[in-house]
Amino acid sequence: MGKTLFEKIWESHIVSEKQNEPSLIYIDRHLVHEVTSPQAFDGLRMNNRKVRRPDLTIATMDHNVPTDDRSLPILDQTSAIQIQTLEKNCKDFGIKLFNIDSPNQGIVHVIGPQLGITLPGTTIVCGDSHTSTHGAFGALALGIGTSDVEHVLASQTMWLEKPKPFEIRVEGKRKNPHAVTAKDIVLSIIKNIGTGGGTGTVIEYRGQGITDLSMEQRMTICNMSIEAGARAGLIAPDEKTFDYLRGRQYTPKNYESLVDSWRESLKTDDDAKFEKQFILHIDDIAPQVSWGTNPGMTCDVTESVPSPDEFSNGDSNQKKGAQKALDYMDLKVGTPIEEIKIDRVFIGSCTNARLEDLIEASKVIQGQKISSTVRAMVVPGSQMVKKQAEEMGLHKIFTDANFEWREAGCSMCLGMNPDVLSPGERCASTSNRNFEGRQGTGGRTHLVSPVMAAAAAINGHFVDVRKLDLN
Amino acid sequence: MDPFKNVKSIVTPFDKVNVDTDQIVPKQFLKLVQKSGFGKFLFFNWRFDENENPKSDFILNDPKYDDSKILVAGDNFGCGSSREHAVWALQDYGFSVIISSSFADIFFSNCFKNGILPITLDQKIVEMLQQEINPVSVDLEKQTITTDSQEIVFEIDSHKKKILLEGLDDIAQTFQLEDKISEFEKNSTIPSVL
Repeated sequence: MGKTLFEKIWESHIVSEKQNEPSLIYIDRHLVHEVTSPQAFDGLRMNNRKVRRPDLTIATMDHNVPTDDRSLPILDQTSAIQIQTLEKNCKDFGIKLFNIDSPNQGIVHVIGPQLGITLPGTTIVCGDSHTSTHGAFGALALGIGTSDVEHVLASQTMWLEKPKPFEIRVEGKRKNPHAVTAKDIVLSIIKNIGTGGGTGTVIEYRGQGITDLSMEQRMTICNMSIEAGARAGLIAPDEKTFDYLRGRQYTPKNYESLVDSWRESLKTDDDAKFEKQFILHIDDIAPQVSWGTNPGMTCDVTESVPSPDEFSNGDSNQKKGAQKALDYMDLKVGTPIEEIKIDRVFIGSCTNARLEDLIEASKVIQGQKISSTVRAMVVPGSQMVKKQAEEMGLHKIFTDANFEWREAGCSMCLGMNPDVLSPGERCASTSNRNFEGRQGTGGRTHLVSPVMAAAAAINGHFVDVRKLDLN
Repeated sequence: MDPFKNVKSIVTPFDKVNVDTDQIVPKQFLKLVQKSGFGKFLFFNWRFDENENPKSDFILNDPKYDDSKILVAGDNFGCGSSREHAVWALQDYGFSVIISSSFADIFFSNCFKNGILPITLDQKIVEMLQQEINPVSVDLEKQTITTDSQEIVFEIDSHKKKILLEGLDDIAQTFQLEDKISEFEKNSTIPSVL
């Protein structure tokens, strides 16, 4: 019987296996950041261990770095300590670090692909759940906890139970691909399969709806695999993948010969078997807006806030969860989504802060001003994205519209730096999680695409962006 | 890691579904560079009001549950962020067993690295345990949960069971396979980053 792409990558990375036990899997790339690594390095020191393969390990600081004037000292002392700790750890253990002043600094899941560190067919880990992003390149990319960070630093391997392959086919063609984006596709998937729908699986996204997407759009899809509970999400590499990585700063010297072998090997066999399948037809899907406190609580922009009964399908615990979400979000059942007024707009995060995202959002904004009741910011995913956008003059479009134009980092996706919502503030956000308090204690998050976020900034509320001229 | 010890305590019923690790430990506490002392931040935004006073309607603020070591949670517990701080907080607070109808994968894996036993059971049994008011015993060796009225058998894979029972250091185990790792590296075609 044939094998899935995931199974092929898995099998080519087994260091040791025994029946009914986890396998020891070799890790080709380890990405490290300031928040989930300090305790791992401490563990190494306590046991007199070193980093086995510093040459396969790359670090940057992204989660709690300020995104305003970088020439100023970091005011939050605990953030400053965490950043200094990463600098010291990288120095002591010989790890390459892109620190706050580096032109390569940025969100770890944005810079990995941009620098050509992410490669097809590899195993990639990072102490961050959105590591699934790198799956867009046909890599097996897993988010891990700090104990596993320590384990990988020490041994370049980790113990893993083999997840089950899950096929998600995205069929059809979007009528208006500027208004209905990759974000809307992945939110539609999560809305359908639920936040636990992918638990224990590695999703392979397939079908024309996926192959039509650019690499940056594919990253948006794979990024949110974790929001469906999946261990990872991946997409078979094709010429778009190989083109994207060609000639980047850390693309290997023997890249073309690697591409030749990847072309042959990195695909799911026709007779391979998936344990689970879900099909999404995208011809008629609408732009999506989340209304609740997890990414599965999402609906079409043309719909109204659903009742807990409608949402829960008879499950009493889900119903309670939906009611709690509506209370937290301060939303009334039956309110049209387009009538929800917003206070803040955040365009950023490892989901949607790449150059294409900024280009698409800028088309909505060009020549306009944001609503006087809205505060809006753009936080490019990396310093490289920021520089490229500035070369195109995008920063002018945003700042002329009264958007704040920031330095790169995770920023208000998780609010570990000073970029946070105030209690009660409602935000249209291009990030990945609308959990309670995620963007600031008491803050309310609606997950949307960059285009929807931009339109919400201009109008002060959500709009059906299919009605805009975006071509 | 200390070996897992069997527990007997009342259960803390916690019926919320899809509890994410942002709720278990909010982000403002992720800036610490040590592993200890996270218990005071557990469920911080649900447990305390804006003046950091305990909210009387939150279950962990009911003194009845002060000595509970068993959390009986709703479906898809621990979803979202990979932050191991969530497990450190639960453990430091005093929980050593978490029971649910399902766990998010990364959270589940993180539990075993910190001596916490996560037990997956059928939803009906989880709901029944949430109603249990008398102390419950959890025996990992025998894989049983014993209440006043019944004994429930749970599944756990033998490797994970051994790790918890013996308090094994994962990395030391892996180092015994050093030869295999070196052998793998010799044959790998993936170039280094730098």
